[in-house]
Amino acid sequence: MPSTIKRELERIKASEVWRSIFRSGSGTSNLHRSQAVQQNVFLHLFSVKIRSRVLDFKPTWYLGALTLCTFFILVATGILLMFYYHPSVPQAYSDMKDLQFVVSSGVFLRNLHRWSAHAMVFLVFAHMFKVFYRGAYRPPRQFNWVIGVILLLVTLLLSYTGYLLPWDQLAYWAVTVGSNIAKAVPLAGSKMRFLLLGGNEVNANALLRFYVLHCVILPLTAVLLIAIHFWRIRKDGGLHVPESKKP
Amino acid sequence: MSNGKIEAQNNPLIGQQSTADSRKGECENCGRREFFAKLGMGSLIVAGVGAGLFTYEYFSPNVLFEAPPIVKAGKPDQFPPGSVTLDPQSGIYMINGPKGYYALGAICTHLGCLTAWKPDLDLIACPCHGSRFNRDGVKVAGPAPQPLPWLKVWLSDDGYLMVDRSNILKAQEFVKV
Repeated sequence: MPSTIKRELERIKASEVWRSIFRSGSGTSNLHRSQAVQQNVFLHLFSVKIRSRVLDFKPTWYLGALTLCTFFILVATGILLMFYYHPSVPQAYSDMKDLQFVVSSGVFLRNLHRWSAHAMVFLVFAHMFKVFYRGAYRPPRQFNWVIGVILLLVTLLLSYTGYLLPWDQLAYWAVTVGSNIAKAVPLAGSKMRFLLLGGNEVNANALLRFYVLHCVILPLTAVLLIAIHFWRIRKDGGLHVPESKKP
Repeated sequence: MSNGKIEAQNNPLIGQQSTADSRKGECENCGRREFFAKLGMGSLIVAGVGAGLFTYEYFSPNVLFEAPPIVKAGKPDQFPPGSVTLDPQSGIYMINGPKGYYALGAICTHLGCLTAWKPDLDLIACPCHGSRFNRDGVKVAGPAPQPLPWLKVWLSDDGYLMVDRSNILKAQEFVKV
C-alpha cells in the first residue's frame, strides 16, 4: 500500500501542473534539493545546506523558532478576533465581553491570543539572552542583532497597542500612563502624545489609532523585519554554533 | 617578468578607457547631467519634506470631540465647610476651605491617573504609583514631579461655582460666597 501511495505521489510530482509550480522537479540529487529551496519564495530565505549540529536542541533551544510559532498563532487568532470586534466606544468593551461569553470558541481564541502574546514577549527576551550569552551577536552577525532589537521593540509595541483594545479600566489607565510617558520626551513630548492619541485624552480616536497600529502597521513591520532577520542568518554564514567539544 | 605590463599596453580595452579618461574633463554632457541629478535629488528632498508635513497635518485632528474645559461644579451649598469633593467625570476637586472655595485638578502630575480623596488620611492619594498630596495640592509623598494644579474658580450669575480646567492659577485664589 505505501508503495502505491509513493508511486502515485511520484506521478503527481512528474505531472505538468506540479512541474509548473515547483520547477525543481522530483529528483533527490543535491542539485534538485538545493533548487527546491532556492526556487521557493519562502524557503529561499534560508540556507540550502546547514550543519546537522545546528538542528540540535542545545545551540538555540529553538527559542527563535518558538517565537515565530507564537507570532503565527497571534496572527491567526488575531484575524479571527477581528471578525467580532468593533474599535469604537463603548462597543469595544461589549464586543470583548461577547467574545468571552457569547461567541462560540471566542473565549478560547481570546485567551490563546493573550497567552501567546505573553509567551512571545517572554520568548523574544529568552532568545535575546541566549544569543547574547552564546556570543552570537558578534561580527559578522552584528546587524542581525540590531534587527532583533528593533523586532523586540515592535513586539513590545504590539503588546502595548493590543492592551487598549478591550477598553476596560485596566486598558484605559495603562494607556493613560503609557501615553504620559511619551509626553516626558523633551520638546516634542506633548505633540507626540497628541499624535499617538489623536487628541488630548484617551478616547475614541486613541482606540482607533491603537487598533490600526495593532492590526495593520505593526504586524506588517514585524513580517518585513522577520523576513530580513531570517535572510540575514544565511547571509551572515548560518546560525552560530560553538565548536563541538566532542572528539 | 612583466606580463601584466605588456598586456596592459596591448589591451585595446584598457587603451580605450585611458582615452575616455582624458576626455572626461571636456565632456559636454557632464554639466547637464550633474544639473539634472541635483535637480532630481532636490525635488526628491522637497517631496520627502512635503510628505512628512502632509502626514503630520493629516494625523493631527482639527476637530476634537472632547469635554469642554469649563465645567459647572455645583451650587456652593453642595460643598460643606472643610469638605474635599471629587468630581470624577471632570477630574477636579472642589474644596471648601477656611479662606473660601478653590478647585484642584484631580489628575496626578506623575502619569495622569485619577487621584482619590482619603478622608481618614486627610490626603489626596493616587492609586497608580502612590503619590500623595495634601488638600492644598502640595505633594507629600510619591513620585509626582509637581503639585496638583490650582484651577480658576468663579461664581456664575445664576449662583453656580464654575471651574476652568485650562486656566491653571499661578498663586492661590479663593472664592468667597
